[in-house]
Amino acid sequence: MSDSLLLLAMLAVPAVGAAVVAALPGDREATAKQATLGVSLVVLVLAVLATLAFDPDGERFQLTSSVPWIPGFGVDFALGVDGIALVMLLLVGVLVPVVVLASWRDTSPGRRSMRTFFAWLLLLEACMVGVFAATDVFLFYVFFEAMLVPMYFIVGSFGGPRRQYAAVKFFLYSLLGGLVMLAAVIGLYVVSEAAGEGTFSFTALNDLEIDPTAQRLLFLGFFVAFAIKAPLVPLHTWLPDAGAEAPIGGAVLLVGVLDKVGTFGFLRYCLPLFPDASREFAPLVLVLAVAGVLYAALLAMGQSDMKRLVSYTSIAHFGFIALGVFAFTTEAATGAVLYMVNHGIATGLLFLVVGMLIARGGSRLVGDYGGVAAHAPKLAGVFLVAGLASLALPGTNSFVSEFLVLIGSFPTRPVFTVLATVGIVLAALYVLLLYQRTMHGPPRGVLFPADDGGTADGGTTGAGHPAGGATAATAMATGTATGTAMATGTATGTATLPRAARAATRVHDLSRREVAVVAPLVALVLLLGVHPQPLIRLIEPAVVATMSDVGVGTTDSPEGTD
Amino acid sequence: MDTGGLDTVAADGLLSATWLVIALPLLGAAVLLLGGRRTDRFGHLLGTATVVAAFVVGLLCTVALAGSDRRSVAVDLFTFIGVGDLDVRAGLLLDPLSATFVLLITGVGALIHVYSIGYMAHDPRRRRFFAYLNLFVAAMLLLVLGDNYVALYVGWEGVGLASYLLIAFWHERPAAATAAKKAFIMNRVGDVGLALAIFVMFAQLGTVSYEGVFGGIGTLAAGTITAIGLLLLLGACGKSGQFPLQAWLPDAMEGPTPVSALIHAATMVTAGVYLVARSAPIYDLTPTARTVVLAVGAVTLLIGAIVGCAHDDIKKVLAYSTVSQIGYMFLAVGLGPVGYAAGIAHLLTHGFFKAGLFLGAGSVMHAMNDQVDMRRFGGLARKLPVTFVTFGLGYLALIGFPFLSGYWTKDAIIEAALDRGGTSGWLLGAVAVVGAGLTAFYMTRLMLMTFLGRPRWTDDVHPHESPSVMTAPMVVLAVGSVAAGFLLVNVFPLEEWLAPVFGEPQEAEHVVAPAVVGIVVTAVMLVGVLAAWLFVGRREIPVVAPERVSPVTRAARKALYADTVNESLFMRPGQWLTRALVWVDNRGVDGAVNGLAATLGGSSSRLGRAQTGFVRSYALGMLGGAVVVAGALLAVTAG
Repeated sequence: MSDSLLLLAMLAVPAVGAAVVAALPGDREATAKQATLGVSLVVLVLAVLATLAFDPDGERFQLTSSVPWIPGFGVDFALGVDGIALVMLLLVGVLVPVVVLASWRDTSPGRRSMRTFFAWLLLLEACMVGVFAATDVFLFYVFFEAMLVPMYFIVGSFGGPRRQYAAVKFFLYSLLGGLVMLAAVIGLYVVSEAAGEGTFSFTALNDLEIDPTAQRLLFLGFFVAFAIKAPLVPLHTWLPDAGAEAPIGGAVLLVGVLDKVGTFGFLRYCLPLFPDASREFAPLVLVLAVAGVLYAALLAMGQSDMKRLVSYTSIAHFGFIALGVFAFTTEAATGAVLYMVNHGIATGLLFLVVGMLIARGGSRLVGDYGGVAAHAPKLAGVFLVAGLASLALPGTNSFVSEFLVLIGSFPTRPVFTVLATVGIVLAALYVLLLYQRTMHGPPRGVLFPADDGGTADGGTTGAGHPAGGATAATAMATGTATGTAMATGTATGTATLPRAARAATRVHDLSRREVAVVAPLVALVLLLGVHPQPLIRLIEPAVVATMSDVGVGTTDSPEGTD
Repeated sequence: MDTGGLDTVAADGLLSATWLVIALPLLGAAVLLLGGRRTDRFGHLLGTATVVAAFVVGLLCTVALAGSDRRSVAVDLFTFIGVGDLDVRAGLLLDPLSATFVLLITGVGALIHVYSIGYMAHDPRRRRFFAYLNLFVAAMLLLVLGDNYVALYVGWEGVGLASYLLIAFWHERPAAATAAKKAFIMNRVGDVGLALAIFVMFAQLGTVSYEGVFGGIGTLAAGTITAIGLLLLLGACGKSGQFPLQAWLPDAMEGPTPVSALIHAATMVTAGVYLVARSAPIYDLTPTARTVVLAVGAVTLLIGAIVGCAHDDIKKVLAYSTVSQIGYMFLAVGLGPVGYAAGIAHLLTHGFFKAGLFLGAGSVMHAMNDQVDMRRFGGLARKLPVTFVTFGLGYLALIGFPFLSGYWTKDAIIEAALDRGGTSGWLLGAVAVVGAGLTAFYMTRLMLMTFLGRPRWTDDVHPHESPSVMTAPMVVLAVGSVAAGFLLVNVFPLEEWLAPVFGEPQEAEHVVAPAVVGIVVTAVMLVGVLAAWLFVGRREIPVVAPERVSPVTRAARKALYADTVNESLFMRPGQWLTRALVWVDNRGVDGAVNGLAATLGGSSSRLGRAQTGFVRSYALGMLGGAVVVAGALLAVTAG
């Protein structure tokens, strides 16, 4: 029976850890970091243990535990996971230690010490565990709202120059959504009371037959909150601000995990509890989803701020997830859940590597960088892996989920799917434009201050040659001094060229710590790209249960669709 | 229709090791990329060794396959994606078609790896180059060996990635970086078609495996089959640089020349032909889609040949030649059962002579400080004897000089086109013959400008023959250019080898006797050669391209305005749209939502004063939330 304590431990360990870190003396920042890393690793181990203890073919909710909390209202402190929640917990478990390590050298922009930052981070982890592990709707709501507080402070106290504006905007949007949801949560209780016993238990509520009008209202209440959280267009405008101003670690968790609570909520609460309303509103949601895929991708292309750009790409990806959820097929919804995990890994990686670039140049603007690849090949390589995962290239994890969403949605929603598929071209555009502008071309921008006059362009690469095809190839293949220096970049052979030598001292490639930060995510991108089946095995039964709640099975047999 | 090629059995013995063919180069790529500088010293050798080893394994497997009676074996590895009704296997299919491609890819690939040892000798990033080449070979092998459309798609986009990395290999040059991006994007446009085709297959048939799709395709409505055929064709056009997605391929010449030889001539760009040929059971049932394939092939064949006549960049001429020759292959496979084997045969001989021509061009560039402007070449025959001879043999093979490779395989396509009969047969035949004349013209022009005539070199070049590590592969490919066509048509007939896939070759009823076709095509070819000599060989070649030229030449120099069309139809409107949407999102959507929030909650002033009042507003928010919770709970209890 110790299994049932696993989830409680996953909740308690970071919560207690947060308190301990917060209580440390102000000058013990190093201890605070180490403690935070240790605690987050313990949570990761617990998540892995929970996965091992979980039987994909067993009960829908496992590792359950429940104690009465507010007996008067039927509120239980009830925890348990299905496959969907479990993989989200795994994602949390993986991302938090990575974020801690990524924030190791961050300095506080304001008055507060980084110790506080790490304490908030652990509290946030506890809230994230709670929100996915809760099987009581009220408890879910409490964690859903509580999650705001640490994130609010992480953005507002440790973010970029406009952090306070962004934090308040984030907070108000979420609070608005949360209040609407609260009304719906209470409404749900009222309905259950009218039907017999008042309860907040998901399982009990799931068995309830709710009349269509009430379903519609309650659905909308939950939906608005989740659509803000996810976020779906047109409720998305808080995310680019929050994503851009949040410290990188905060941005990773915000986009990687917090936003997924929205799409998780669609699957866990909207679909099973309000199946009729879900089917009724599906076309509307799909319009928003596909509009988001295209609209946000176009916007991403037009961004000059790298962090805003990544935020917009995420909005486009959330469109894919929403499409997968509301296409109502097992394949698409499994793809959507896998997408949540994969997006957390891939976009997390992209945010981290963008953050590493920003840490070197001190600017978030795309236009302030150029030609980094020649001088920091590891950074450029990881950037490319993250970018390719973001555009869902086969071989990366995101391909599997995007492919599943699209192929699963096509049989039921061909028009929306075709439109969304156009998004894969746009994704290639925004990723490769960003990559070309920052990584390719002659070295320029804030990392190579001496080059601003443009002397390097013509001189070294010979761009002035009439025959465009020859140019730098001359320098490269014949190994002239300039060519060699250009290409070797960071290390040897640059002495002949003062400019390149200066550049070499300015642009450091990834440090050991940074490699340790990105390596696990890169490995997961590739591993889950080649062998996603173990995760799919965890997810599918829960999705099948959800689909049967909403009254649909797998995609129709060939005869059926003709 | 007897296309009983899918009578597949599980592999055993040596054949169950087919996966090694892919794994070896993939391992090479992984070691070189992860090993970093530690592998700099031997990276090129390891990279070459893995491909040579893959060739050996591929050869052994092909021999074993030829010896077995089923001629089609499956190697099922593991479940890639299995959800609901979808079951995507990581499985391989070795049959005569895929085995042929395996030999082409690993064989030509190994030669080009060897050549690159010399060509990239002085490049400080040579190890990385070999890693990308290995990655390409692995992805390309997956493309042809996969036993289902998703595996093909994975390889399909994988080669796209390798192509991107290699075009942008000298990424300090903006032109290279832009060309790489362009290639990837235009390929992705095609990939949308391929992806949608897979979605339709799954929706209609519940499977994506070749076996399942080909088995069930006959039950579908004609319109659906045509849709699948056209969507697959869109993918094929993107990858193979066919109209209207041809504009990326010439730009791809920004990559190092061995890349142009391997990826953008011999293998990757022929993947579209493979896709159509592999999907023969689909195209057999849709004459409409086949007609579109034919039209695409015919149009592209002419576009490539016309544009090739006007360019002065040696690699661009060869690139447009590739576009044009793949047009021939599309024409062939668009003809249906009579053309599949002919198309694949031309693909193979083209692989030999075009790879050889590119390697020769690389050797010329090597000698000329990497210049590519043929107006600055001339008289190189004496300085580069080996290059001249090998290149010359490739040239003769390409223009269809009697009894060399191209003669056999191109004539077969022209014959098949004429055999189609009727107006369309004559029209396609005529296009193919005219194309042959144009091919002879632009290739002779290239020969004259590069190897013959007076030297027009810039002062700083001192041409010298390339080292033997580079010339040896050129010699091997030249031998192939001479003999492959004869061997594939007369000694080891490809048609019979591929019969398990495409059906037994049938004795066609010829509209025009093959001998007559041979004579006419040869005559037209000679006219092209003569015309080139009259316009180019006899005259002094100006070192700067003349400005006063006919509108046709001007249009051809602009690649028939393909880029202009793409830019004005897609790129610029796209940029305007993006800019407009950014404005709308910042002012409109955000403004509207903020405004709404302000109206509802009076929060706009708080947003504005956030700098000073954030803690207060937060506290206020929490307080508000708490009050609502408490109030609501009370209300419920009271009720």
